[in-house]
Amino acid sequence: MSDQGIDRRAFVGDLVAACLAAGGPVLLGMVRVAAAQGVGAGAYDPSAHDYGIGIDIAKCIGCARCVAACKAENDVPMEPHYFNTWIERYVLRTDGTVDVDSPNGGLDGFGPIESEGDVLRTFFVPKLCNHCANPPCVQVCPVGATFQSPDGVVLVDDSYCIGCRYCIQACPYGARYLHPEKHVAAKCTFCYHRLVKGLVPACVEVCPTGARVFGEVEKRATPLARFMRFNDIQVLKPNLNTKPKAYYANLDGEVR
Amino acid sequence: MPQQVPRLLAVLAIAAGALLLARRLLIPETFGDLGHYRAAALDTIAARPIKFAGRQACAACHGAVDAKRVAGNHRGVACEICHGPAAAHAAAPMAGKPEIRRERALCLLCHAFNPSRPTGFPQVDSLTHNARIPCMTCHQPHAPEPPVTPRECSACHGGIARQKAVSHHATLPCTTCHEAPETHRQDPRSVRPTKPTARAFCGGCHSGMPEGGVIPQIDLQRHGQPYLCWQCHYPHHPEAGT
Repeated sequence: MSDQGIDRRAFVGDLVAACLAAGGPVLLGMVRVAAAQGVGAGAYDPSAHDYGIGIDIAKCIGCARCVAACKAENDVPMEPHYFNTWIERYVLRTDGTVDVDSPNGGLDGFGPIESEGDVLRTFFVPKLCNHCANPPCVQVCPVGATFQSPDGVVLVDDSYCIGCRYCIQACPYGARYLHPEKHVAAKCTFCYHRLVKGLVPACVEVCPTGARVFGEVEKRATPLARFMRFNDIQVLKPNLNTKPKAYYANLDGEVR
Repeated sequence: MPQQVPRLLAVLAIAAGALLLARRLLIPETFGDLGHYRAAALDTIAARPIKFAGRQACAACHGAVDAKRVAGNHRGVACEICHGPAAAHAAAPMAGKPEIRRERALCLLCHAFNPSRPTGFPQVDSLTHNARIPCMTCHQPHAPEPPVTPRECSACHGGIARQKAVSHHATLPCTTCHEAPETHRQDPRSVRPTKPTARAFCGGCHSGMPEGGVIPQIDLQRHGQPYLCWQCHYPHHPEAGT
């Protein structure tokens, strides 16, 4: 020891002193008060809201303007398979079979139905992230990159997501995809950047027939509350206990 | 105090210090402020630019058009469905204008016949419904109405009126070709409306205009002499698509 110019006792002593010097500020930092957020500090108070969306199947005409508007508003890649919202066409046949298709999310229109003679019923179903109150995607995220905001919107932190795709597998509604350029999970945000400005999501803004209704859950004076009072409401896959906040009216039991 | 206790305390202190340092370096700012996530991500997401200004923003300047829209059958149709996202235009009105799309394909996105659409929604078969004619020739996009036949004609000539309504001549009122004296209604058999009697009358639209337009053009001198046009072409439903 002595040939190195320092003995063990002195080395350990120095090390403890150095650790305390480095750790002191850290200890102080740990008791810092949670800083006021920009979102919370302005006129917009996220904790005062709990958003949900209503979708009336009987009004959807399958024009897919919502899909186009969503892609424009949120810079979703234009190629197929990347959708925050999309339109499915259900064709129920007299023999009990159900055909579901969604060519390019409905953006290019829907082709003719094959063997129209045995069609019992056919309709469009707009799909999007259900912004579950009990979201499985948030549970499985290993880093806390996907989360439920105080206003009940399930969001993805682009700069923190590691692209592991767990959430994409966990979502029972297929509402997530891996963004091909950013290589992070992406999904519907309820157009959060519009909500904080007092606007409705782009898909709701452009829906020509009023099939999409936006508002708040558990508040009486909001379009969604009226929609829910006047319609029989169902949600997708209620058995999974995800507590979705996309409320469907006139939903056929065959819709999955 | 046994000799090993201070050493153990020292080692624990080092471990605790290393843990705190690692936490400081690895856990981002604002993580855990609101939940198990970076609270600053909310601000980042909220700061994204909007593309759709919303119909209220349009109405602030284009009030007259908007008043027409909200009173008509397109009252639920937002401006930006047809005119495209216009937040940039709303922010700087002089910098650029939203598009005005006049092609049939735009209207057919919603109004083309599709059996999956709800019953009662107005739909047309684009092949038989005035093919090639832009929809806005007959329908006002801001307050669309189905074209109507003059009641005074359709009461008796409903069959002709309905046929004409789906023909290339749908936009022409009866009075373009017929002059009906007021007394025709009192005494329809003895006071007859006029009919075009000269080839030049049809030639007014179908001859002498540049080729390639919506209206088919012929050379009056060489085409079908010496017959009158309506002896071969039925004017209330001229040939579709040719």
